[in-house]
Amino acid sequence: MRDVAIIGVGMIKFGRYPEKTVPELAAQAALLALKDAGVEMNQVELVASGNLYQSNAMVGQRIMQIIGQTGVPVINVANACATGSTAFREAYMSVASGAYDIAMAVGSEQMGKMGLLGGGASGGDPAYSTEGVLGSGLMPAVFGMAGVEHMRKYGTTQEQFAKVSVKNHKHSMHNPYSQYQTEVGLEEVLNARVVSWPNTLYMCCPTGDGAAAAIVCSMEKARQFTTKPIRVAASVLTSDPWTQRDLIMPDINTLTRNAAKEAYEKAGIGPQDLNLIELHDCFATAEILHYENLGICGEGEAGRMVDEGATSIGGKIPVNASGGLLSKGHPLGATGVANVCEVVWHLRGEAGNRQVEGAKVGMAHVIGLGSACTLQVLEKV
Amino acid sequence: MADAPAAEKQSKPIVPFLKVPADGAPYLQGSRCKKCGTTYLGSRMACSKCFSTDAMDDVKLSDRGELHVFSIVHQSAPGIPTPYIAAIVDLPEGVSVRANISGVEPDPKNLKFGMPVQFVAEKIRTDREGNDVIAFSYKPA
Repeated sequence: MRDVAIIGVGMIKFGRYPEKTVPELAAQAALLALKDAGVEMNQVELVASGNLYQSNAMVGQRIMQIIGQTGVPVINVANACATGSTAFREAYMSVASGAYDIAMAVGSEQMGKMGLLGGGASGGDPAYSTEGVLGSGLMPAVFGMAGVEHMRKYGTTQEQFAKVSVKNHKHSMHNPYSQYQTEVGLEEVLNARVVSWPNTLYMCCPTGDGAAAAIVCSMEKARQFTTKPIRVAASVLTSDPWTQRDLIMPDINTLTRNAAKEAYEKAGIGPQDLNLIELHDCFATAEILHYENLGICGEGEAGRMVDEGATSIGGKIPVNASGGLLSKGHPLGATGVANVCEVVWHLRGEAGNRQVEGAKVGMAHVIGLGSACTLQVLEKV
Repeated sequence: MADAPAAEKQSKPIVPFLKVPADGAPYLQGSRCKKCGTTYLGSRMACSKCFSTDAMDDVKLSDRGELHVFSIVHQSAPGIPTPYIAAIVDLPEGVSVRANISGVEPDPKNLKFGMPVQFVAEKIRTDREGNDVIAFSYKPA
């Protein structure tokens, strides 16, 4: 495998765009990334397109029908919430393998106001739907229970989970790409209506629309296009291995730990070398679990970490400087490419008022339930 | 044209691993890997842990378990009544079950980690053919 650099990124502000088609949203992000890279569409040798809700509708090819049909390979990727990040990894792998020199990853989604409501559907007679009868397979309950498991193990409190929401909303105030840029106080978070205890409304990411894109290039050719190539030090994808409860209660921890171990080995770094992390805070509870899963604190220490502000901008290891999924939004297929964009901007020193000063190494993490975990370790060259 | 004679109404389980015998109490069916002993809810083609494809042993799972974790669901998909307690219950066979906790108000104060719970099966709905749909939950024991 050879070294790969990110030479261009772009995203549109996440939000609600009912008047646009999915390929139109994605094409805007793709054009921004091409412009950022100084690359023409006819120089791109492979396109990996991530989209979940239209995974049967050839979104990648439809994007090219808008921005340029060059006849190159197009891969349409679906991998739950890890759809965009898996597309990024496909683009990375195509260049790392030596097969291509320049590839594009583009992630897009138009969710409207519909979440992932398919979790409990039985497909046939609705009388046999198990949702709400045999517990819940919907994401708010799944991540509620994952947080409650951390409460059980370590005595973590609802207030500590709520502080994640306060922090990420505060960060979002400086991110013009964020779907919401609203500061919320701790009392406001705790007193908001409960969606699935312990997560209240502000502790759940919104639904929304968005798109993001990245251009990757072999490191040897990268300097032809940019003075600030960002090296992909590791790009890892794992699925859930057997653990005792996994088939019943999705185990979002083990596959993240496996991915982290592999990513640190490949990148030749440890968690102490990271300057910032964009991680998958689909719910406030999830962020706490991933501090330990990614090894940025010891077992059971994650609640204290957020109490001490260690993961705020200006803290020891800023997490979700973008506002995270909780504020920036989570248009599924776009999310994993958008967090690559965010880390790249910090490493280039282009993150404006939310800049993590002096950032040299960053990580982008995504979990897709069912389950998939992606980790990208990016570093300034 | 005359209607066909109505089929006899039956009790049908909401999921295949819930067994509703005509002459006994409902129970959950599991399967145990002959090679490594790992036990699963329902039947399987192969062992997820050791990959053995030998036929598994059927196991009648216990009707007592303990509460592992829960969430109080206040907002769900359209048409699903809330609030309710969504939970993971651990059975002594090493099997976990996703189920509602019934018989107690949906408030975290009423739930203790590790509390013993009892399996309960009951009719919850009628299907399109008029059959009774049987589901299960766990109540504090």
